Amino acid sequence: MSADSSPTDRLPTDRLDGFRDLLERSDAALVLTAMAAFYLLFLSIGAILNYDFAGLISILGQVTFFTAVYALVVLALNLQWGYAGLFNIGIAGFMAVGVYTMAMLTAPPTGSPPGLGLPVAVGVVGGMLAAAFVGILTALPALRLRADYLAIVTVAISEIIRLTYNSPAFSTFTLPGGIALGTGGANGIGNFPSNPVRAIYYADPSSAASETTPIGTAIFGFFETVFGVVRSAVIVDLTYGVVLAVVVFLVYILLARVGNSPFGRVLKAIREDEIVAKSLGKDTNRFKIKTFMLGCALMGLAGVLWQGFGTGAVYPQAFRPELTFYIFIAVIIGGAGSNTGSVLGGAVFANLLFLMPQYLPNIIEQTFAIRADPNNFIAAVAPIAAGEITPLLGYVLNQRLPALRFVFVGILLVYLMQNRPEGLLGHRTETAAAVDLSEGHTPGGTARSDPTAPDESGGVDDE
Amino acid sequence: MSSESAGTPDGRAGGTAVSDDHEDEPPLRVENLRKEFGGITAVDGASFSVATESLTGLIGPNGAGKSTTFNCITGIHEPTAGAVYLNGTDIAGLAPNVVADRGLVRTFQIARELAEMTVLENLMLAPQRQQGESLYRSVLPTFRDGVIAEETELREAVWESLEFFEIDHLAEEQAGTLSGGQRKLLEMARALMTDPDILLLDEPFAGVNPTLETKLLDRINQLRAEEGLTFLLVEHDMDIIMEHCDPVIVMHQGQVLAEGPSEAIRNNERVVDAYFGEQQ
Repeated sequence: MSADSSPTDRLPTDRLDGFRDLLERSDAALVLTAMAAFYLLFLSIGAILNYDFAGLISILGQVTFFTAVYALVVLALNLQWGYAGLFNIGIAGFMAVGVYTMAMLTAPPTGSPPGLGLPVAVGVVGGMLAAAFVGILTALPALRLRADYLAIVTVAISEIIRLTYNSPAFSTFTLPGGIALGTGGANGIGNFPSNPVRAIYYADPSSAASETTPIGTAIFGFFETVFGVVRSAVIVDLTYGVVLAVVVFLVYILLARVGNSPFGRVLKAIREDEIVAKSLGKDTNRFKIKTFMLGCALMGLAGVLWQGFGTGAVYPQAFRPELTFYIFIAVIIGGAGSNTGSVLGGAVFANLLFLMPQYLPNIIEQTFAIRADPNNFIAAVAPIAAGEITPLLGYVLNQRLPALRFVFVGILLVYLMQNRPEGLLGHRTETAAAVDLSEGHTPGGTARSDPTAPDESGGVDDE
Repeated sequence: MSSESAGTPDGRAGGTAVSDDHEDEPPLRVENLRKEFGGITAVDGASFSVATESLTGLIGPNGAGKSTTFNCITGIHEPTAGAVYLNGTDIAGLAPNVVADRGLVRTFQIARELAEMTVLENLMLAPQRQQGESLYRSVLPTFRDGVIAEETELREAVWESLEFFEIDHLAEEQAGTLSGGQRKLLEMARALMTDPDILLLDEPFAGVNPTLETKLLDRINQLRAEEGLTFLLVEHDMDIIMEHCDPVIVMHQGQVLAEGPSEAIRNNERVVDAYFGEQQ
């Protein structure tokens, strides 16, 4: 702000500066502002596409859902890679273990494939424990070696897990004692337990035609009265998004505590120089194993909440390696080593790189009236000879734009590596301590308070 | 791990019991230490001991095997043969964290600061067996208060150390931004924060201002006298070695060439030939 600006000029700038200060000081404000921006963006998209009120609510539910599930996995990876430098490229596999274990534990014994019919809560905990267990089996031999080996082992195990679930051999099998179980092979497990959120609204959550609960009747009635008819499924999805946001908040608190502690300090030291950490008496293997298990358990939880309750079914194709790649991109966008950055990175990736390409073709079609929609490449290219380029544009935009997501991601990655390798918040100094370390200093004493003081006073040579 | 090494990783002076037989045992004794890298023998049967509360100097021309000896003593390298006795217990081949946990800590020839951690974090890391290094204690509210209390206490000690080493004005800087001399100071301060019994310093004064160098030597002597610390020092500055170290061990081609008071070392012909001769 210039010194000679008039008071009337100064006011909006001051407000802007104040808002910027707030964002720098408060992580909550930063995340809420980002989310508000994404909600506005997608409401605008809904408006452009002439969505009705139910459609707008649905789009907000989608934004919340994908932001939350991405944030959850990104937080887990940030613990492993951002904090401890553990290069886990098997995220998709650990998510698969979580959700498949959950499905196999809870699916009805009489279903196809059969499960154990246990309660959902047992399934969720079992899924997390199984993912942690597979994590430790994977990591134990590799953690003693260089970081590259962990990467190789995890990417291999992730594919082994996916292909095992995909294999017809395990589609249905019998355990000793005659207990029948199954992965469903390539078809996966369709009889996944219904989303627990449905229990708030429906007397029989597993039935689509169930009577509503008193709360369900009240809330559906409220939406109907105030906003007109809104599909109940949309309200259920929106509620699930809110539940996921709460889960993300709780996981954030957990990981912030882990990070802001002597435990987190050792993790950072392992990332920086493991020999030094060991030379200072830290049993680094113990720290790495605990961290890897916790991260994998959270990935298992994310698998349950995302691919399980989120879609209502689980199948092997959902756990292809590109899922792992997406999560890494999100961590890089947010800034490795920052929990708040992880949430932001997850939000940016989920909304701009995952959801947006699904809506863009319709927006472009609506805005620019590119209706030519050939469904094959020849039909798109042939008219170019007659000087007609619209069919090609239509083909690319309408048929191939979501598939071009990888191209967008690649371009973004190149840009980030060149211009902001530390990501959105990676530049911040997030001190790993349970207390504010800058306190407790009593200036004066023997301290040399002026960093620019000459070395004659007894400092060190700058080399 | 060598076949003779024994003991559990826990217990500072624990491991195999230190019996009365070890009462006269020096805190650190190296016996026939040998380390081969492929066809190269870096340390070739070195034997020496470091007396309690001494400031022992370890010198030798480049490639004499000093740093490899440090690495073998501290567990970074597993010796090919020989033994390293810490308070009478063979620690050869034990992991570096186990060696450090038993009270033997080191600094590195090329300073290994934790570059993307602040100077404060570097020092806060060092104290051993912190409550908050347990995952559940760092997270669960029941234990969190204890963790915070310990952190507050450590913070005071860390600031005092930073002030002593005159790097308190850099406390919140990333350690990677420090100059070479400042990194050396950071390393020494960090090693001292572990509260060691024996400190192995690998060229700690490289790049350090002479005034501060004197202050650090005074501090070393104070720690020896008041807290019973023992120091083994690798240094190329002959003035420091001859003036402050007693005894001095000279290594040459992986072997101990001579050991004794600085004056005797200065006048030892073999040492002069092998080491000082290079300067003539």
